[in-house]
Amino acid sequence: MDQLLESQEKERESVGRRSLSARVRQIPPSGIRKFFDLISSMEDVVSLGVGEPDFVTPWHIREAAIYSLEKGYTMYTSNYGLLELREAVANDLRRRFQVEYDPTCEILITVGVSEGLDLALRAIVDPGDEVIIPDPGYVSYQPCTILAGGAVVPVPTRLEDGFKVRASEIEARVSSRTKAILIGYPNNPTGAILSHSELQAILDVAQRHGLLVISDEIYERLVYDGKHTCFASLPGARDRTILLGGFSKSYAMTGWRIGWAAAPAEIIEGMMKIHQYSALCPPIMGQKAALEALRNGEQQSLAMTREYDRRRRVIVKGLNEIGLPTFEPKGAFYAFPSIATTGLSDDEFAERLLREERVAVVPGTAFGEGGRGHVRCSYATSLNNIQEALRRMRRFVERVRA
Amino acid sequence: MAEHDHTSKQNADAVDAEILEILQKDARATVAQIATMLGRSEEDIAGRIERMEAQGIILRYKAVINWERAGEEQVLALIEVRVAPQRDVGFDAIAARIYRFPEARTVYLVSGDYDLAVEVVGRTMKDVANFVSAKLAPLEGVQATTTHFLLKRYKEDGVVIEGQAEELRREPIVP
Repeated sequence: MDQLLESQEKERESVGRRSLSARVRQIPPSGIRKFFDLISSMEDVVSLGVGEPDFVTPWHIREAAIYSLEKGYTMYTSNYGLLELREAVANDLRRRFQVEYDPTCEILITVGVSEGLDLALRAIVDPGDEVIIPDPGYVSYQPCTILAGGAVVPVPTRLEDGFKVRASEIEARVSSRTKAILIGYPNNPTGAILSHSELQAILDVAQRHGLLVISDEIYERLVYDGKHTCFASLPGARDRTILLGGFSKSYAMTGWRIGWAAAPAEIIEGMMKIHQYSALCPPIMGQKAALEALRNGEQQSLAMTREYDRRRRVIVKGLNEIGLPTFEPKGAFYAFPSIATTGLSDDEFAERLLREERVAVVPGTAFGEGGRGHVRCSYATSLNNIQEALRRMRRFVERVRA
Repeated sequence: MAEHDHTSKQNADAVDAEILEILQKDARATVAQIATMLGRSEEDIAGRIERMEAQGIILRYKAVINWERAGEEQVLALIEVRVAPQRDVGFDAIAARIYRFPEARTVYLVSGDYDLAVEVVGRTMKDVANFVSAKLAPLEGVQATTTHFLLKRYKEDGVVIEGQAEELRREPIVP
């Protein structure tokens, strides 16, 4: 009797495995899964592995959501998202970057930038189309391209360039199958930002070869040295750009899952076609909260940015003093030190640091081959945590190098 | 030239404000730490702090203590004081007479039903009540007092003392 059950169990298992599509099986497993498991079994871990703000969403924003719930706003919104929110996004983009989008048809409210990115790729990529993506880069860029049926063409970025992607390197990889360039600046995991002229050079490549540009600007408010240049604000860029932005990092609203996409009407319509069937609309209470953030959240957002800036200086100085050379990140909330001097691989470094000193960092290879030899240290955590982490990392590095 | 001075003064004030923000959150932040945080030299930061202390902008450095947890008996009362203002000097003279008492830790002039809000600290309720009846109420100009004893502290100086039992757990690793 047991033998029968056992073989039935085996049959069920392999059916599950066999049922997955080739595309899904093509996506490599996450490089950080094992760290999750390791951490859950440990106590007193100081984590520099967080990719989200350590602040709670400012009260007035939470209160706006609560109030909207009290009033009974619990229904679906337009597929495009609440018109008032789209108008607020359009006004914000006009005010800060002088870029014009029609809120009735050129803006889509999405379930985080995550969904916006997925929609953008699925809307424009035909099977076999190539998407040029700087490496290292955010973990979703390559998998979402594959899921959309496209082919990833990575562009390595270098420490010597502060991990800023070179337009010439992008151009060298353009082929007859290239559909789009996907960039995310300020950058996760490196913290790099691109200047106006550097972005212009990328636009020139896109124009020369008739390419689209997907610009993930989720960290656009977290720029410390210099100003953020919105890609779509460059002359001629608007009509070939899918601009992605959101509220998660600027207003500490990661869990709310609200973002937006801005693009020419035909592209938004294409994205909306997918979105209306897959997500329908983002949560209305999140949209109400996002509206409050845009209307009244500037002060608190700036205060959070100032706080990140202080921590940034502390962590960069600290890492350099330990002997982990770190170039100065000008945006987002990550430092990307080189761990080459320890002689360990980034994966080994991260695992041993966690086991021996209970400090969590993310190995650079989790973000692509270009991240080899580096680890990502988030400074979206308290100054105390940062200082404690630095103390423990110093001990670790000294021990390894002894 | 004047315009340049104005903007540099603005920038100077912005740095001062940041220093104050940091010190208010953590009075033990060292000059070296503040200098790192703001990307400025230690001499610059030390000089600014010294100046602000001299100007009476920074009045004192303090630690916010949970005396109950320390096992110290302490009773705090908020006293509403109604006062007959004096000719020419208004409330200032009577306020001074009150704040000279070390028991009166805080003295504010406020709008509304009464005039002065006074925070008094003593070892027992009896001590506080005695202070009010023997020292405060008999003062010339004091018309009436209402004493509110503090029963429970929820939040003080921006720090939640009671109430936040739940630890907000964050995912330790998020790409």
